[in-house]
Amino acid sequence: MANNWKTMIHKIDDVRWEIRKDFKDGMLVPGRVYASEAMLGQIWEDKALEQVVNVSFLPGIVGASMAMPDIHWGYGFAIGGVAATRVKDGVISPGGVGFDINCGVRALRTNLSAEEIRPRLEDLVYAMFSNIPSGLGSEGKLRISEKELDRVLSKGAAWAVENGFGEAADLIFTESNGCLKDADPDKVSQKAKKRGLPQIGTLGSGNHFLEIQSVDQIYDRETAHAMGILEQGQVLILIHTGSRGLGHQVCDDTIRIMNSAVQKYAISVPDRQLVCAPVQSPEGKDYLSAMACAANYAWANRQCITHWVRESFIKVLKKSPRELGLEQIYDIAHNIAKIEQHTLEGKTQTLCVHRKGATRAFSGGHPELPAIYRNIGQPVLIPGDMGRYSYYSVGTKTAMAETFGSTCHGAGRLQSRTAAKKGLKGSDIRHKLGQRGIIVKSDSMSGLAEEASEAYKDVSEVVEVTEKAGISRKVARAVPMGVIKG
Amino acid sequence: MKNQPVQIIHHTADIGLRAFGRDLPEAFCQAARGMFSLITDLRKVRATEKIEIDIAAEDSAGLLVAWLNELLFYFDTRQWLVKKCDIREINDNRLKASIWGEKVDASRHRLKRGIKSATYHMLNIEFEANKGYSVSVILDI
Repeated sequence: MANNWKTMIHKIDDVRWEIRKDFKDGMLVPGRVYASEAMLGQIWEDKALEQVVNVSFLPGIVGASMAMPDIHWGYGFAIGGVAATRVKDGVISPGGVGFDINCGVRALRTNLSAEEIRPRLEDLVYAMFSNIPSGLGSEGKLRISEKELDRVLSKGAAWAVENGFGEAADLIFTESNGCLKDADPDKVSQKAKKRGLPQIGTLGSGNHFLEIQSVDQIYDRETAHAMGILEQGQVLILIHTGSRGLGHQVCDDTIRIMNSAVQKYAISVPDRQLVCAPVQSPEGKDYLSAMACAANYAWANRQCITHWVRESFIKVLKKSPRELGLEQIYDIAHNIAKIEQHTLEGKTQTLCVHRKGATRAFSGGHPELPAIYRNIGQPVLIPGDMGRYSYYSVGTKTAMAETFGSTCHGAGRLQSRTAAKKGLKGSDIRHKLGQRGIIVKSDSMSGLAEEASEAYKDVSEVVEVTEKAGISRKVARAVPMGVIKG
Repeated sequence: MKNQPVQIIHHTADIGLRAFGRDLPEAFCQAARGMFSLITDLRKVRATEKIEIDIAAEDSAGLLVAWLNELLFYFDTRQWLVKKCDIREINDNRLKASIWGEKVDASRHRLKRGIKSATYHMLNIEFEANKGYSVSVILDI
């Protein structure tokens, strides 16, 4: 590799950088990184650029191997990576989705003001903490049979709604309506189902969280209005979780299959975590079916949690659902591969878009968006770290033209978990946040230390790059009030 | 390094492990213990229950990932913590072992963090004549 990022990457403009196709033999497309110059040093040190180069080797990749500004070193793909391959002769790589299939974010709005709930904030956080299983090894309170689990895998969020968890309207405001149609439970191993069975309806651990927030900035009133964000001080809820052990096992199972597939189809990849198979091959199709099941599981999971959030608010605040106005803004996946139509060099092509730590950001007018968002574009939910803020943005035409309708997914880690913990104690972090009025509840104090603010890039710098590049447009910002860390 | 059977590899989003052993079974066992010491304080785990493991993979590096993921499977489905292991048989494609440990007991075990999976990224097995084996793996946290 080059010994300095300047020898590797070329400036297109202030926020776009290119790794040329001739940088390394075997690259099929150039690499394109969305970042400010100040971010590049860190991105370089992190080995993330090397991963952008590696992804450009995937057969059938089109456009560029892209990195969103929250890019950081992952395994296989960089986190913040976007790659689209042709469905007719390209590949699908489970490493381009990751272990936590359909890890994603769901946002809810309320009719409540921060001022109004402040006296009951602690009760709200505790009610949610006891109502929503979280933390390591947590088992869900839903007891379902294996047969029922197959229905979860086929139906996604709709399964939860049919069983009394949430409302039909929630499905309208979920990416792909909370269900990928390719799902075939027979393509999911018994092992994956065994892992998934006790964990349905759990938040999990690590960077997963549940947050009560208060809107502190509105950048575009009209668009915010369409999203149900009306004023500063309004309370919003953000839920971040994925497909738990079931998704991890689907990824693990598939990588083993793909290890043989690369030999069968004579595909050579620079990192074993990038193993893949043609999208149209039996191995590729099986993965798409199993991945869809895991994605559906994650949507059902977030749907159940949504219901328990509503329950907790009703119970603590003693208000009716109508008074609370706890309606869904949107739900997005940020670890997924989707078959989508995009215009490339003037032609419509069917592509397999891998988003690994990246969010779909469709512009207004896209037929997949619910009517209410058809003019403004798809809401993009960008959580920051627990001490700062989260952004609510929308997709743009530039994203459609340049990034296959994708943008960033969060702040992006700056420090390793091991470094973050040095000199930081979970209890100190909780105390410090408490002094700022932010209530944090977590089963694991050490897990809390790994998720400290200091370990993350400032999400506003990340969002600023997407804004300048025009790949998403910010609408509002919210600050945390109460946090449940898994 | 002599007294350190496992080292941490620093990684931005995740955590890596480098484990050492005179032979491959020892290095694999150290990797397993290293992984579970990221999850909990192993000193507080008792070796009261035994599970038999029999797994296959395409090569020895793949076997390392499969081995660690098999143990994570037991952690996920049975809440089972690994204290020690005995790898009785290992070749390029197959591993047979006994593992000892116990189910999580909230009164004695504090869980530090979850591990989603062992990955193939930077996966490496090295052998040096005088030193033995060193195995490296990045874990998705």
